[in-house]
Amino acid sequence: MRLQLNGEPVDASPAPGQCLRSFLRDQEHFEVKKGCDTGDCGACSVLVDGAPVHSCIYPAFRAEGTQVTTVAGLGMPGDLAPIQRRFVDAAGFQCGFCTAGMIVTASTLTETDLDDLPRLLKGNLCRCTGYRAIEDAIRGTHTPVNGLGPVIQTGPRHGTVGTSLAAPAGERVVSGQEPYTLDVTVPGLLHLSVLQSTEAHARIRSIRTSAAAALPGVHAVLTHGDSPATLFSTARHEDRLDDPDDTLVLDSVVRFRGQRVAAVVADTLAIAEAACRLIEIDYEPLPAVFDPHAALLPGAPLVHGEKDAGASRVADPARNLVAELHGEYGDIAAGLAEATHIVSGTWQTQRVAHTHLETHATIGWLEPGTADASAGGERLILRTSSQVPFLVHREICRLFDLAPERLRVFTARVGGGFGGKQEILTEDIVALAVLKTGRPVQYEFSRSDEFTLSPARHPMQIQVTLGADDSGRLTALKLGVLADTGAYGNHAPGVMFHGSSESVSLYRVTNKRVDARSVYTNNLPSGAFRGYGLGQVIFGIESALDELARTVGINPFDLRRRNSVGPTDPLVVTHVEGEDLIFGSYGLDQCLDLAKSALARGNDVPVPPGAHWKVGEGMASAMIATTPPRGHYAQASVTLDSSGTTYTVRVGTAEFGNGTTTVHAQLAATALNTTPDRIEIVQSDTDAIGYDTGAFGSAGVVIAGKAVLAAANDLADTLRSAATETHPEVRAAAWTLEPGGLRSGETFVTLAALAERAGSSALRGVGSEDGARRSVAFNVQAFRVAVDTRTGEVRILQSIQAADAGVVMNPEQCRGQIEGGVAQAIGTALYEEVILDGAGTVTTSVLRNYHIPLLADLPVTEVYFAETHDVLGPFGAKSMSESPYNPVAPALANAVRDAIGIRPTELPMSRDRIWRLLHPVRT
Amino acid sequence: MDLNTVLTITSARHRDDLAQLGAGVAPLAGGSDLFADPQAHLTGLVDLQTLGWPALTLTTDADTSGTGSGLTPGLTIAATCTIAELSRLPAAPGWTAHPLLFQCCTALYGSFKIWNVATVGGNLCASLPAGPMTSLAAALDAEVLIWRRDGSDERMPASAFVTGNTTNALRTGDVLRSIDVPASSLAARTAYRKIALSPLGRSGAVLIGRLDTDSRFVLTVTAGTVRPVQLRYDSLPDAGTLAGDIAAIDCWFTDAHGAADWRRAVSGVLAEEIRAELDATDLEEGDLS
Repeated sequence: MRLQLNGEPVDASPAPGQCLRSFLRDQEHFEVKKGCDTGDCGACSVLVDGAPVHSCIYPAFRAEGTQVTTVAGLGMPGDLAPIQRRFVDAAGFQCGFCTAGMIVTASTLTETDLDDLPRLLKGNLCRCTGYRAIEDAIRGTHTPVNGLGPVIQTGPRHGTVGTSLAAPAGERVVSGQEPYTLDVTVPGLLHLSVLQSTEAHARIRSIRTSAAAALPGVHAVLTHGDSPATLFSTARHEDRLDDPDDTLVLDSVVRFRGQRVAAVVADTLAIAEAACRLIEIDYEPLPAVFDPHAALLPGAPLVHGEKDAGASRVADPARNLVAELHGEYGDIAAGLAEATHIVSGTWQTQRVAHTHLETHATIGWLEPGTADASAGGERLILRTSSQVPFLVHREICRLFDLAPERLRVFTARVGGGFGGKQEILTEDIVALAVLKTGRPVQYEFSRSDEFTLSPARHPMQIQVTLGADDSGRLTALKLGVLADTGAYGNHAPGVMFHGSSESVSLYRVTNKRVDARSVYTNNLPSGAFRGYGLGQVIFGIESALDELARTVGINPFDLRRRNSVGPTDPLVVTHVEGEDLIFGSYGLDQCLDLAKSALARGNDVPVPPGAHWKVGEGMASAMIATTPPRGHYAQASVTLDSSGTTYTVRVGTAEFGNGTTTVHAQLAATALNTTPDRIEIVQSDTDAIGYDTGAFGSAGVVIAGKAVLAAANDLADTLRSAATETHPEVRAAAWTLEPGGLRSGETFVTLAALAERAGSSALRGVGSEDGARRSVAFNVQAFRVAVDTRTGEVRILQSIQAADAGVVMNPEQCRGQIEGGVAQAIGTALYEEVILDGAGTVTTSVLRNYHIPLLADLPVTEVYFAETHDVLGPFGAKSMSESPYNPVAPALANAVRDAIGIRPTELPMSRDRIWRLLHPVRT
Repeated sequence: MDLNTVLTITSARHRDDLAQLGAGVAPLAGGSDLFADPQAHLTGLVDLQTLGWPALTLTTDADTSGTGSGLTPGLTIAATCTIAELSRLPAAPGWTAHPLLFQCCTALYGSFKIWNVATVGGNLCASLPAGPMTSLAAALDAEVLIWRRDGSDERMPASAFVTGNTTNALRTGDVLRSIDVPASSLAARTAYRKIALSPLGRSGAVLIGRLDTDSRFVLTVTAGTVRPVQLRYDSLPDAGTLAGDIAAIDCWFTDAHGAADWRRAVSGVLAEEIRAELDATDLEEGDLS
């Protein structure tokens, strides 16, 4: 088949059933991404003879004789098309995985099309940005950040902290030239396909693999007999003891439908899939339990009944209880007795899928060993889509008994995570396959794998009872949590503890009680999700507070003012939190005022006409620690290259759309008083730097960033000393760094001269951070909504978020994080639900049955920043990536309650649920 | 996605080439449905696009519009006509219903890029309740032409073609050839309403009212029901009658795109909006479009 691809002739034969997407990738046009492979997400969009198509559903053979244009055909770095330039300038991407397809689609739109943009962009999904920046990029506009005026840029010069530097990878991202996990050609690559369990709970009596193994092109069939016998958890934390060891790479017992049962490694994915279909499994069905309440009842089927509680760190395997927290501060009974107003309620949250556009994937291979050339000293290399390459490294070494130097784990740019890539879901089986075959092996999740195999956000039932006196002062806060952690306990304890933490400690109440449990069921496992449990519990507590404000008869902002902790108060859940957690700054008061006044100011969005539209307002607060507890470590180095023109920053944390790379460049540029174009960043590679706990817990700026800043300052000192060596008459402290060198009065030493003088002993600074002290950040969300009482439609008229991010390192980028967090939370609040059939089968297994927000679904959120300066974070910064998500669902629920007079207690607040609240079945 | 079990693609040139169709060999039109799901049972595809069927043909020989002009043409839509082609079709004389063509295209869950490949026939043959070409064809009382595997032709009302959630009147080896829209329907006034769980989401209910030039009224209910349901009246009914008839429909269903009770209720709301819009004496307009 001949075609023109970006103007170049191509002559290659697709397989008969091949789609254009994979054919183009076969031609090494990796700018064509796979987000869904079902025509829903648009990441693979290309032009065929000028017409935009989703190449994943376009039969490849039909491209015969056509002109195919990918995003790279529109423009390349250094020679970008105007639409690509505008995406860079508007920060119209975060992880960037959707961007190639987004830009290809946008390139076909005419001026008049812009009126119809929501419809024309409904086939392009972005999970990161919330679309405001994308719309600005397409229209060539800049939407004001809020109703008060532009964000103050605090930096002295563009590129330093406090200015809106664009992402360093921008030009590559918008032209599809920034490689992601699978955007690489590996000679001799084999493909791995997994056979998933059809049973919710069963013991495998036998697996017949002979027919599969005999299929030509099959290199290995892996079953539980091939698995290491070491139990582990897919969840990864700094302390591996945080999560129960209840998982095997391949197990002889399956505990949820979709669980990995066997894997085939073959020359092609087609052969691997065909071989999987030839595997015969004899299951002995076991009783299963799907309801977390039922799982706790005596006699319930036991999901991990055979586990040793101590060895696996499961609270009580005989009761399906993974973790529990029971504690009281003060006297809850006295607090309730003292109250003149008591409100109580039960709230339920749903399973949410992370839906990062890049699915989980790993490529593994062997390389000749270098450091350890002892007996057959080959090195296993894993290139993976992970937020935590160093933690993956540790655990894979443990599972396969590898010395640390025998394994390298690294990531390319990661296409989104949201907590979903704080797990080992692909690396373990790839490691096994590579070690078994000695060949390079790739394993790529399909979108359906994401829905049926990868952990979802924990569904939780939250019970809240609040007591208050006549002035609205809280006298009692009682919380009950029941989390369904599914078939494995990855993140079960952490999510439960963290969920019940800052949600409760935000309020100054003398009497508190928490009873929280996380239980096994035979459902899809739950895991880490943006907010790490807080969002669920905050939904309950902030809804209850809203109800209390109504009962007492005071404004909900005033209720928060009266009861929120102040900077001199202790932080208390069931006891006073450890001394590591401090108020490094305090901006909640500002956030409450900013949100309240923005809501009072309103906007010009009218209420739809008709008496059936009811209008309401609502708000909610959230607090989050800026760093996970009990240690989060980062090391960094900054090296001046031998020509003296470029500084190379080496840091372990991963870039997955969080923008830490940008901020790291700004931190280094500020400390070294240089321009960001002189900063190169090498990251997320166990070979590049000693250690980094990883990109979770919002640690990219306050931990890894602090290490980078320390390394840059260390290098600055080194450079000053080196300059003094050349000019002994100048004290080291007297040198001022400039982009090209160091100056002291009239004396100037170029960096090139220093680099040359240093020779092979590179000029290098190092830094580290341990997260031993942590601060808190705040977010307040407010909404004005209209609800159609006939249909249950919730229309957001005004969306406001006020954030206390400390000194904002990069205003546009931080704004984008907040907008994206609000967008993802609106998806959670109104639309998204991973639905199971009650017997363990996920029925929403494709993207078109799981609705993540489109451009059409989202308002522009006004973003306000409190002005605070944190004593812990670099240059006064605080984290701001998980937390914007947390107050959104309760704020929206409170607004709906205000509008319709009935309180929604269940997520998502889908139109059918809201309608049912308004039209209950008469009995 | 790659259909890795497919080993042959046959470009059909004549009706005889369709004889290869069978349990493991499926007809391929745009591909947006076939390539969006694993098809491990398929070993071959027969490409219908190479049959070269004219996408859109105006028909003038059977004017039953009753408009008296005699100029209002009917429309034959090839099954292989893309949704993009249909969406761009200009109005012919007397086509009061013309806006409905584009409105129904916008009810497709897929994006305008999907319109460039997805076909009208493919949408009918997928037979999803939310299939907007089913909504359109049924609402206009179109007739479909089926090429039976034995070489015979069969015509039936489009509203009868889809028999349930992803089931239809085709048997293995049959092919949907075309959709014939009568001039009388194209001359009618129509009103269109769609609702989903999100502003542009997969349809939870699509209702189309058609007020013919002879004052007869047909309400076609789709997306909320497992198959198209049509309510027919000699003239516009009153609100109570219509509401009662909607409530009496018995094939609402629940999936990720809406619960059955909600679909029934909002269909009542949309039906009344349609009735009001088409009632010349009642100028109050709804705002749910």
